[in-house]
Amino acid sequence: MIRLKRLGAIGLMGAIFAAAGAETGRLPADQLAKAVRSDSISIPTPGELFAALEKPGKTNWSGQYRGPMSMTYRNRAQIALNLGGLIADGFIAVEAKDSQQVKNIGSDIIKLSKALGVSENLLSRGNSINEFAENDEWDTLQEELEATQNEVKSSMQSHSDQDLVILVSLGGWVRGTQVVSAAIMQNYDERSAKVLRQPALVSLIQAKIGEISPELRGEPLVKNVSEQLTGIEKLVSFPIGKAPSVDEVRKVNEAIGKVMEEIENKAIAK
Amino acid sequence: MKRRLSIFLAVFVLAANICVRAQTNTEVEARKAALDLAGAFTNEGFKIRDGHWCGTIKPHDHALITVNLYAGNQYWFSAGATEQAKKIAVSVYDESGKQVTTEGYNAGEKAAAGFSPTNSGQYFVSINLVEGQEGSFCLVYSYK
Repeated sequence: MIRLKRLGAIGLMGAIFAAAGAETGRLPADQLAKAVRSDSISIPTPGELFAALEKPGKTNWSGQYRGPMSMTYRNRAQIALNLGGLIADGFIAVEAKDSQQVKNIGSDIIKLSKALGVSENLLSRGNSINEFAENDEWDTLQEELEATQNEVKSSMQSHSDQDLVILVSLGGWVRGTQVVSAAIMQNYDERSAKVLRQPALVSLIQAKIGEISPELRGEPLVKNVSEQLTGIEKLVSFPIGKAPSVDEVRKVNEAIGKVMEEIENKAIAK
Repeated sequence: MKRRLSIFLAVFVLAANICVRAQTNTEVEARKAALDLAGAFTNEGFKIRDGHWCGTIKPHDHALITVNLYAGNQYWFSAGATEQAKKIAVSVYDESGKQVTTEGYNAGEKAAAGFSPTNSGQYFVSINLVEGQEGSFCLVYSYK
């Protein structure tokens, strides 16, 4: 049960109640199908995924770092996908409590955003990231990274680049899942492995990609990644209550690693 | 004829802008109420996700959104509404549509539901207008 002892101080204590025995309601399938699916609520951040991974035991976050990313991509879809991945790297550095790595990634986020022309308001975010990293304010840094991601997305929307928003989310999910599956393989624990069950999330991302312009959807990189998501959706469709085995986790890691390679590969995007 | 059409379009655009602005104001009010409530959970280490969902809710109706949650995390879904909505409620359903047991908080136009999923995957969060008139609502969530 979630503990809320300090809420009393602000007048909520006593008003919290356990809705025990409230499992009487059921929503029919037609209502579930009509539920809203929004990028800002329905797609979790890498930070949420990493928080869940860390619950059963300590994770070697710095062991999940990757080499410096190219800052010279020219294809907008590829930049958006890599920007999402880079923001996930920022969350990894925060989990590792590595202030220098956070600062490096913050600087790369600004550079990559500039290539998309969305960096005007982000410069102050970059400064804040540096400041929080220097002061070891890890919780605030996590919030700042999420706010940075949202600012990138709103800037894309205001620049009529709405279609790129889902690619940022997708890039973050791919990189997050790559890191989490690798960490689980290194130190297998059934409880950690359960975080990989995400079929509806993959399906939602695919549906959102289906809504972007045919031109962008037809670009080789977007097309390749989208096609591979179909296979990945099957790989992460574990039955409820069953944790994936080490072998199943390895399969997810291999498939997602292939997607990550394509996202990083300059030769694939036109 | 062209001029009349232009005037009509200008009036329409102006009206649409006013409507959007008015809706935004009530949504901002509802969002503030939701964030006030969610802020209470930060005392327990919950991080408020920097995203929200706002809309309009009608009497005896509900608004439903999908969320993708991770086993091991704890979540609080906090909703706020404008004053016309006298009482709202938040409930959570699993991917099959079955309501899950949650901890709850209800105080008129603010309500929250908290739980720790044992399975990762898709869930549905419902905001119900129990009493009052149609109004704006906003949902935010926190996790740890």
